[in-house]
Amino acid sequence: MREIALHLLDIAENSAAAESQNIRMEVHEDLSRDLLTACVTDDGRGMDVTTAQKVQDPFYTTRTTRNVGLGIPLLKLAAEMADGHFSLLSEPGKGTCVKAVFRHSHIDRMPLGDLSATFLTALVSHPDIHWTFIYQVTDKNGNSGDFSFDDAELKTELGDLSLTEPEVLTFVHGMIEEGIDALALQTIN
Amino acid sequence: MPAIKSLEELKRIREEALQKKQLKATPGNVQVIVAMGTCGIAAGARDTMKSVLSYIETQKLSGVTVSQTGCIGLCEQEPILQIMLGDQPKVIYGKVDAQVAQKIMQQHVQNGQPVKENIIQI
Repeated sequence: MREIALHLLDIAENSAAAESQNIRMEVHEDLSRDLLTACVTDDGRGMDVTTAQKVQDPFYTTRTTRNVGLGIPLLKLAAEMADGHFSLLSEPGKGTCVKAVFRHSHIDRMPLGDLSATFLTALVSHPDIHWTFIYQVTDKNGNSGDFSFDDAELKTELGDLSLTEPEVLTFVHGMIEEGIDALALQTIN
Repeated sequence: MPAIKSLEELKRIREEALQKKQLKATPGNVQVIVAMGTCGIAAGARDTMKSVLSYIETQKLSGVTVSQTGCIGLCEQEPILQIMLGDQPKVIYGKVDAQVAQKIMQQHVQNGQPVKENIIQI
Protein backbone atom coordinates (compact mmCIF):
# COMPACT_ATOMS: atom_id res chain seq x y z
CA MET A 1 0.00 0.00 0.00
CA ARG A 2 1.32 3.38 -0.96
CA GLU A 3 -1.24 5.65 0.67
CA ILE A 4 -3.06 6.00 3.98
CA ALA A 5 -6.22 6.50 1.91
CA LEU A 6 -5.78 3.01 0.41
CA HIS A 7 -5.42 1.49 3.88
CA LEU A 8 -8.64 3.23 4.90
CA LEU A 9 -10.45 1.72 1.94
CA ASP A 10 -9.07 -1.70 2.82
CA ILE A 11 -10.16 -1.45 6.47
CA ALA A 12 -13.60 -0.20 5.37
CA GLU A 13 -13.91 -3.28 3.15
CA ASN A 14 -13.46 -5.39 6.30
CA SER A 15 -16.26 -3.40 7.92
CA ALA A 16 -18.53 -3.97 4.93
CA ALA A 17 -17.73 -7.70 5.00
CA ALA A 18 -18.69 -7.74 8.70
CA GLU A 19 -22.29 -6.86 7.73
CA SER A 20 -22.13 -3.27 8.99
CA GLN A 21 -25.02 -0.95 8.31
CA ASN A 22 -23.23 2.23 9.30
CA ILE A 23 -19.57 2.95 8.59
CA ARG A 24 -17.71 6.12 9.41
CA MET A 25 -14.32 7.00 7.92
CA GLU A 26 -12.41 9.81 9.55
CA VAL A 27 -9.12 11.52 8.88
CA HIS A 28 -7.68 14.31 10.97
CA GLU A 29 -4.52 16.14 9.94
CA ASP A 30 -3.53 18.06 13.03
CA LEU A 31 -0.47 20.20 12.36
CA SER A 32 -0.67 21.88 15.77
CA ARG A 33 0.02 18.53 17.45
CA ASP A 34 1.95 17.07 14.51
CA LEU A 35 -0.42 14.10 14.17
CA LEU A 36 -2.32 12.40 11.42
CA THR A 37 -5.14 10.20 12.67
CA ALA A 38 -7.19 7.82 10.52
CA CYS A 39 -10.14 5.81 11.87
CA VAL A 40 -12.82 3.50 10.58
CA THR A 41 -15.76 2.83 12.90
CA ASP A 42 -18.50 0.35 12.11
CA ASP A 43 -21.49 -1.36 13.69
CA GLY A 44 -20.76 -4.75 12.15
CA ARG A 45 -20.59 -8.10 13.86
CA GLY A 46 -17.45 -7.26 15.84
CA MET A 47 -14.89 -9.63 17.33
CA ASP A 48 -14.08 -11.09 20.72
CA VAL A 49 -10.85 -10.11 22.46
CA THR A 50 -8.91 -13.15 21.21
CA THR A 51 -9.90 -12.60 17.58
CA ALA A 52 -9.21 -8.87 17.82
CA GLN A 53 -5.65 -9.78 18.90
CA LYS A 54 -5.25 -12.44 16.22
CA VAL A 55 -6.19 -10.20 13.29
CA GLN A 56 -3.08 -8.15 14.00
CA ASP A 57 -1.00 -11.21 13.12
CA PRO A 58 -0.32 -11.57 9.36
CA PHE A 59 -0.74 -15.35 9.58
CA TYR A 60 -4.34 -15.10 10.65
CA THR A 61 -7.25 -14.57 8.27
CA THR A 62 -10.89 -15.52 7.98
CA ARG A 63 -10.77 -15.73 4.23
CA THR A 64 -10.71 -19.06 2.50
CA THR A 65 -8.72 -18.22 -0.62
CA ARG A 66 -5.32 -17.63 1.05
CA ASN A 67 -3.97 -18.27 4.51
CA VAL A 68 -2.45 -14.87 5.15
CA GLY A 69 -4.29 -11.65 5.98
CA LEU A 70 -2.17 -8.57 5.50
CA GLY A 71 -4.54 -5.60 5.68
CA ILE A 72 -4.48 -4.84 9.40
CA PRO A 73 -0.84 -5.85 10.10
CA LEU A 74 0.36 -3.60 7.24
CA LEU A 75 -1.51 -0.58 8.59
CA LYS A 76 -0.21 -1.24 12.09
CA LEU A 77 3.34 -1.44 10.77
CA ALA A 78 2.92 1.76 8.71
CA ALA A 79 1.74 3.67 11.80
CA GLU A 80 4.50 2.32 14.05
CA MET A 81 7.17 3.12 11.45
CA ALA A 82 6.09 6.76 11.58
CA ASP A 83 6.39 7.05 15.36
CA GLY A 84 2.68 6.45 15.75
CA HIS A 85 0.43 3.75 17.12
CA PHE A 86 -2.44 1.52 16.21
CA SER A 87 -5.51 0.44 18.13
CA LEU A 88 -8.35 -1.92 17.43
CA LEU A 89 -11.37 -1.96 19.70
CA SER A 90 -14.12 -4.43 19.07
CA GLU A 91 -17.10 -5.99 20.74
CA PRO A 92 -19.09 -8.93 19.41
CA GLY A 93 -22.47 -7.76 18.11
CA LYS A 94 -21.61 -4.08 18.57
CA GLY A 95 -18.93 -3.22 16.03
CA THR A 96 -15.29 -2.38 15.55
CA CYS A 97 -13.18 0.74 15.67
CA VAL A 98 -9.78 0.73 13.98
CA LYS A 99 -7.52 3.69 14.54
CA ALA A 100 -4.04 4.46 13.23
CA VAL A 101 -2.07 7.49 14.39
CA PHE A 102 1.03 8.77 12.57
CA ARG A 103 3.50 11.52 13.37
CA HIS A 104 2.57 13.98 10.61
CA SER A 105 6.10 15.28 9.96
CA HIS A 106 7.82 11.87 10.20
CA ILE A 107 9.98 11.13 7.18
CA ASP A 108 8.54 7.59 6.92
CA ARG A 109 4.92 8.70 7.18
CA MET A 110 3.04 7.42 4.16
CA PRO A 111 1.30 10.14 2.11
CA LEU A 112 -2.39 10.55 2.80
CA GLY A 113 -3.11 10.01 -0.89
CA ASP A 114 -6.31 10.34 -2.85
CA LEU A 115 -8.91 10.54 -0.11
CA SER A 116 -11.73 11.62 -2.43
CA ALA A 117 -11.18 8.51 -4.61
CA THR A 118 -11.35 6.35 -1.47
CA PHE A 119 -14.60 7.97 -0.32
CA LEU A 120 -16.19 7.76 -3.77
CA THR A 121 -15.15 4.11 -4.21
CA ALA A 122 -16.57 3.13 -0.82
CA LEU A 123 -19.82 5.00 -1.46
CA VAL A 124 -20.41 3.49 -4.90
CA SER A 125 -19.27 -0.06 -4.06
CA HIS A 126 -21.64 -0.44 -1.11
CA PRO A 127 -24.83 1.50 -1.83
CA ASP A 128 -26.72 -0.27 0.99
CA ILE A 129 -24.38 0.97 3.70
CA HIS A 130 -24.92 4.31 5.40
CA TRP A 131 -21.59 6.13 5.03
CA THR A 132 -20.18 9.07 6.95
CA PHE A 133 -16.94 10.65 5.77
CA ILE A 134 -15.05 13.23 7.80
CA TYR A 135 -11.86 15.02 6.85
CA GLN A 136 -10.60 17.55 9.34
CA VAL A 137 -7.57 19.81 9.11
CA THR A 138 -6.06 21.80 11.97
CA ASP A 139 -3.31 24.26 11.13
CA LYS A 140 -0.25 25.11 13.22
CA ASN A 141 -2.14 27.80 15.11
CA GLY A 142 -4.92 25.44 16.08
CA ASN A 143 -7.55 26.67 13.58
CA SER A 144 -9.68 23.84 12.23
CA GLY A 145 -11.75 23.28 9.15
CA ASP A 146 -13.61 20.16 8.14
CA PHE A 147 -15.41 18.44 5.31
CA SER A 148 -18.09 16.09 6.48
CA PHE A 149 -20.41 14.12 4.32
CA ASP A 150 -23.30 12.00 5.49
CA ASP A 151 -24.91 10.13 2.59
CA ALA A 152 -28.40 9.85 4.16
CA GLU A 153 -29.83 13.03 2.64
CA LEU A 154 -28.36 12.26 -0.77
CA LYS A 155 -29.83 8.74 -0.81
CA THR A 156 -33.27 9.86 0.30
CA GLU A 157 -33.29 12.38 -2.50
CA LEU A 158 -32.09 9.87 -5.10
CA GLY A 159 -34.69 7.27 -4.19
CA ASP A 160 -34.28 4.30 -6.51
CA LEU A 161 -31.94 6.15 -8.87
CA SER A 162 -28.49 4.54 -8.85
CA LEU A 163 -25.38 6.39 -7.72
CA THR A 164 -23.73 5.23 -10.94
CA GLU A 165 -26.03 7.18 -13.24
CA PRO A 166 -23.63 9.57 -15.01
CA GLU A 167 -25.29 12.82 -13.87
CA VAL A 168 -25.45 11.66 -10.25
CA LEU A 169 -21.85 10.46 -10.37
CA THR A 170 -20.64 13.82 -11.67
CA PHE A 171 -22.52 15.60 -8.91
CA VAL A 172 -21.29 13.40 -6.04
CA HIS A 173 -17.76 13.14 -7.39
CA GLY A 174 -17.54 16.92 -7.75
CA MET A 175 -18.91 17.56 -4.29
CA ILE A 176 -16.47 15.22 -2.53
CA GLU A 177 -13.47 16.35 -4.55
CA GLU A 178 -14.13 20.08 -4.09
CA GLY A 179 -14.71 19.71 -0.36
CA ILE A 180 -11.50 17.78 0.19
CA ASP A 181 -9.31 19.80 -2.16
CA ALA A 182 -10.34 23.04 -0.50
CA LEU A 183 -9.17 21.72 2.87
CA ALA A 184 -6.04 20.02 1.58
CA LEU A 185 -4.87 23.43 0.36
CA GLN A 186 -4.85 24.60 3.97
CA THR A 187 -2.25 21.99 4.97
CA ILE A 188 0.09 23.36 2.32
CA ASN A 189 -0.32 27.02 3.28
CA MET B 1 -22.47 20.39 7.73
CA PRO B 2 -21.97 21.42 4.07
CA ALA B 3 -23.33 18.03 3.04
CA ILE B 4 -24.95 18.77 -0.27
CA LYS B 5 -24.07 21.59 -2.64
CA SER B 6 -27.71 22.34 -3.14
CA LEU B 7 -30.75 20.19 -2.76
CA GLU B 8 -32.41 21.96 -5.68
CA GLU B 9 -29.52 21.04 -7.91
CA LEU B 10 -29.75 17.41 -6.87
CA LYS B 11 -33.50 17.34 -7.54
CA ARG B 12 -32.98 18.72 -11.01
CA ILE B 13 -30.20 16.20 -11.69
CA ARG B 14 -32.47 13.39 -10.54
CA GLU B 15 -35.32 14.43 -12.85
CA GLU B 16 -32.99 14.74 -15.83
CA ALA B 17 -31.29 11.45 -15.11
CA LEU B 18 -34.59 9.61 -14.88
CA GLN B 19 -35.75 11.01 -18.21
CA LYS B 20 -32.50 10.19 -19.96
CA LYS B 21 -32.44 6.73 -18.47
CA GLN B 22 -35.68 5.93 -20.27
CA LEU B 23 -34.34 7.24 -23.57
CA LYS B 24 -30.80 5.91 -23.58
CA ALA B 25 -30.45 2.91 -21.32
CA THR B 26 -27.66 0.45 -22.06
CA PRO B 27 -29.15 -2.69 -23.66
CA GLY B 28 -29.73 -5.44 -21.10
CA ASN B 29 -28.43 -5.51 -17.58
CA VAL B 30 -24.76 -4.50 -17.32
CA GLN B 31 -22.74 -5.23 -14.23
CA VAL B 32 -19.14 -4.17 -13.64
CA ILE B 33 -17.51 -5.79 -10.61
CA VAL B 34 -14.13 -4.66 -9.24
CA ALA B 35 -12.25 -6.98 -6.85
CA MET B 36 -11.48 -5.01 -3.68
CA GLY B 37 -9.66 -7.38 -1.35
CA THR B 38 -6.41 -6.23 0.25
CA CYS B 39 -4.59 -7.74 -2.73
CA GLY B 40 -6.77 -5.88 -5.22
CA ILE B 41 -6.49 -2.54 -3.44
CA ALA B 42 -2.69 -2.89 -3.10
CA ALA B 43 -2.45 -3.68 -6.83
CA GLY B 44 -4.43 -0.60 -7.87
CA ALA B 45 -8.13 -1.56 -7.78
CA ARG B 46 -9.13 1.92 -6.66
CA ASP B 47 -7.60 3.43 -9.79
CA THR B 48 -9.44 0.81 -11.85
CA MET B 49 -12.69 1.76 -10.12
CA LYS B 50 -11.99 5.46 -10.65
CA SER B 51 -11.36 4.82 -14.33
CA VAL B 52 -14.66 2.90 -14.72
CA LEU B 53 -16.58 5.69 -12.99
CA SER B 54 -14.94 8.41 -15.05
CA TYR B 55 -15.79 6.49 -18.24
CA ILE B 56 -19.45 6.36 -17.17
CA GLU B 57 -19.30 10.10 -16.44
CA THR B 58 -17.61 11.23 -19.63
CA GLN B 59 -19.55 8.92 -21.98
CA LYS B 60 -22.83 9.55 -20.11
CA LEU B 61 -23.40 5.81 -19.94
CA SER B 62 -26.68 5.04 -18.23
CA GLY B 63 -27.87 1.79 -16.64
CA VAL B 64 -24.52 0.32 -15.56
CA THR B 65 -24.34 -1.29 -12.13
CA VAL B 66 -20.91 -1.01 -10.49
CA SER B 67 -20.12 -3.17 -7.49
CA GLN B 68 -17.25 -4.87 -5.69
CA THR B 69 -16.18 -8.28 -4.55
CA GLY B 70 -13.47 -9.51 -2.17
CA CYS B 71 -10.39 -11.58 -2.96
CA ILE B 72 -11.25 -14.36 -5.39
CA GLY B 73 -7.96 -16.21 -4.92
CA LEU B 74 -6.18 -14.91 -8.02
CA CYS B 75 -4.13 -12.26 -6.21
CA GLU B 76 -1.32 -12.36 -8.79
CA GLN B 77 -3.78 -11.27 -11.49
CA GLU B 78 -5.05 -8.21 -9.62
CA PRO B 79 -6.53 -5.73 -10.29
CA ILE B 80 -9.39 -7.96 -11.44
CA LEU B 81 -12.51 -6.71 -13.18
CA GLN B 82 -15.56 -8.82 -14.00
CA ILE B 83 -18.19 -7.98 -16.59
CA MET B 84 -21.68 -9.42 -16.78
CA LEU B 85 -23.71 -8.46 -19.85
CA GLY B 86 -27.34 -9.55 -19.68
CA ASP B 87 -27.55 -13.32 -19.36
CA GLN B 88 -24.17 -13.99 -20.99
CA PRO B 89 -21.60 -15.82 -18.84
CA LYS B 90 -19.40 -13.66 -16.62
CA VAL B 91 -16.07 -12.55 -18.14
CA ILE B 92 -13.10 -12.21 -15.75
CA TYR B 93 -10.30 -9.81 -16.65
CA GLY B 94 -6.85 -9.64 -15.01
CA LYS B 95 -4.21 -6.91 -14.75
CA VAL B 96 -6.81 -4.23 -15.33
CA ASP B 97 -5.14 -0.87 -14.80
CA ALA B 98 -6.89 2.42 -15.53
CA GLN B 99 -6.13 2.21 -19.26
CA VAL B 100 -7.27 -1.38 -19.71
CA ALA B 101 -10.44 -0.50 -17.79
CA GLN B 102 -11.24 2.24 -20.32
CA LYS B 103 -10.70 -0.24 -23.15
CA ILE B 104 -12.99 -2.83 -21.53
CA MET B 105 -15.70 -0.23 -20.95
CA GLN B 106 -15.55 0.89 -24.56
CA GLN B 107 -15.10 -2.42 -26.38
CA HIS B 108 -16.94 -4.83 -24.14
CA VAL B 109 -19.56 -2.87 -22.19
CA GLN B 110 -20.53 -0.48 -24.98
CA ASN B 111 -19.89 -2.61 -28.08
CA GLY B 112 -20.17 -6.18 -26.80
CA GLN B 113 -16.64 -7.19 -27.92
CA PRO B 114 -14.59 -8.73 -25.08
CA VAL B 115 -10.97 -7.54 -24.76
CA LYS B 116 -9.37 -10.96 -25.36
CA GLU B 117 -5.79 -10.25 -24.23
CA ASN B 118 -6.83 -9.52 -20.64
CA ILE B 119 -9.31 -12.36 -20.10
CA ILE B 120 -8.37 -14.88 -17.39
CA GLN B 121 -9.31 -18.45 -18.27
CA ILE B 122 -10.23 -20.49 -15.21
